[in-house]
Amino acid sequence: MKNRLKVLRAEQDWTQAQLAAELEVSRQTVNAIEKGKFDPSLPLAFKAARLFDLSIEEIFSDELMEH
Amino acid sequence: MDADALPLSSVPIYMSSMLDIVFWIEHSSVKCTLHYDKESRLLSDSKRDPKSWEKANIQNTLRLGGWTGAWVLTLALAAFGPKFLWALAVVPSIVGVLLNLLVGFGMILAVRRHLLSMDEMHRQIFLDASALSLGVGLVCGNSYELLEDIKLIPFEPEISHLIILMCLAFMAGIINGKRKYR
Repeated sequence: MKNRLKVLRAEQDWTQAQLAAELEVSRQTVNAIEKGKFDPSLPLAFKAARLFDLSIEEIFSDELMEH
Repeated sequence: MDADALPLSSVPIYMSSMLDIVFWIEHSSVKCTLHYDKESRLLSDSKRDPKSWEKANIQNTLRLGGWTGAWVLTLALAAFGPKFLWALAVVPSIVGVLLNLLVGFGMILAVRRHLLSMDEMHRQIFLDASALSLGVGLVCGNSYELLEDIKLIPFEPEISHLIILMCLAFMAGIINGKRKYR
């Protein structure tokens, strides 16, 4: 699964630690999600969507659907 | 202090007792509270401590460490007490075993609490490592027991060997998970 978390975080000028605090996860988890190594659960995806005031689809996308 | 009474030019900012800086913009619905982080010396619009997750996690890890240490101590007491402390008396031995069991259940609850305090990625790593440890323990434990049954080893299999193996498998699983998601 691909995501725009890193871009959105940069737009807010946040560090990974700050985003992690907002999402109530560890910095390592934010790093793994940004790199596409870990797919977040639906509740966490919703939390990220609420935080950036976007829909889940605007942040996360299915790689298979894009090919 | 009544925020609506503050003229925009005179007092736009004042310090609250919590070292938070509160802005009021008069005649507007915008109200923004900024919080000052003494460590980073940064203002943020979030009241969440950037290190709160780490702090809670460290606290739970230390709590788990405390329970594990207590469990090991009560295990040592139950194992060596009868021989070295109370000359194989039955009642203290039963109390020693019951104490070990009680602290063991406390340790299980501490593990559960630790698990619940983790974020989802760390919980995934922990559960993967636990599954690996359980699988290795089950498969190797059976084979180890079998070795003695069919007289391929001359000694009685020890449960402590199995526990060491399971711990090693768990640690390998944790290291593997951390590398996987790095």
